[in-house]
Amino acid sequence: MSSVMKTATHRTADPLLIDGVEYQSRLLVGTGKYRYMEETRLAIETSSAEIITVAIRRTNIGQKAGEPNLLEVLPPERYTYLPNTAGCYSAEDAVRTCRLARELLDGHNLVKLEVLGDEKTLFPDITQTLSAAETLIADGFRVMVYTNDDPIIARRLEEMGCVAVMPLAAPIGSGLGIRNPYNILTIVENAQVPILVDAGVGCASDAAIAMELGCDGVLMNTAIAGARDPVLMASAMRKAIEAGRESFLAGRIPRKRFASASSPVDGTFF
Amino acid sequence: MNLIINGKPEQLPDGITAAQLIEQLGLADQRLAMEVNREIVPRSAFPGYTFKPGDQIEIVRAIGGGAD
Repeated sequence: MSSVMKTATHRTADPLLIDGVEYQSRLLVGTGKYRYMEETRLAIETSSAEIITVAIRRTNIGQKAGEPNLLEVLPPERYTYLPNTAGCYSAEDAVRTCRLARELLDGHNLVKLEVLGDEKTLFPDITQTLSAAETLIADGFRVMVYTNDDPIIARRLEEMGCVAVMPLAAPIGSGLGIRNPYNILTIVENAQVPILVDAGVGCASDAAIAMELGCDGVLMNTAIAGARDPVLMASAMRKAIEAGRESFLAGRIPRKRFASASSPVDGTFF
Repeated sequence: MNLIINGKPEQLPDGITAAQLIEQLGLADQRLAMEVNREIVPRSAFPGYTFKPGDQIEIVRAIGGGAD
């Protein structure tokens, strides 16, 4: 009985805490790569995500504003916007992007920092990432930082004052899943700030594995937007994140090499 | 006066303000941010902000993207 009640408590009172703000959903989603705006809206609504990443790009000048605006479809009053420095290959460009985003979003200072190293791998450039994080934190930004799965760098980013550290599970958009679970686990065990897997998730079981490792959340885009049915995948991801979290909290059984019967051996009549 | 707006040269009247430029580009009702020569110009400063010839202006918005 008490374990049932405890489970119920976990469900209702297990918020994700980022920079002092509570979120009910541990799934964070990107808003790119959808085929059309209505699909974006439906998938994101279905995912139950509360934090959504956006890109900052040039306004189209001289083109008709026929396409509905992202901010109208996904109102910033309802979602926490997480401007993302995707596409930046230098600390300078990442800092510029964040400053423009802050102006665009009326002083909102929570950002996702990512500084990429090369186009083939989209792996983070760690020296540029560290440099940008330092500048942004000094400038008052609350930085959620994309990094590789190196526990030493993750700890360093936390010590610098990043509000969340987001190691990749596999290259961005690769869908290869959790390639290095032991490093992710070490990062989780070392951390006092939320650890979110960012990049590499391909399907719902990947998301569940990340959560079972003890990650505080998962940020994904391609796995949902690129699925044959993005809205259905958004639903699957929501459930996987919840299932993985509960599985982590419940505590898995130890792995054993040989069998252990579930039915009592006493009282057999054969 | 020649200005570079989002990477493209444009001819605009001398003395045009940032607010007038945004109006002229048909962006008045949009949520955007502006940078001139890599410095942010706050939206609140648009009405009184005037450009110099050759200014490099970036006008940006939030679009779908991010995270994978």
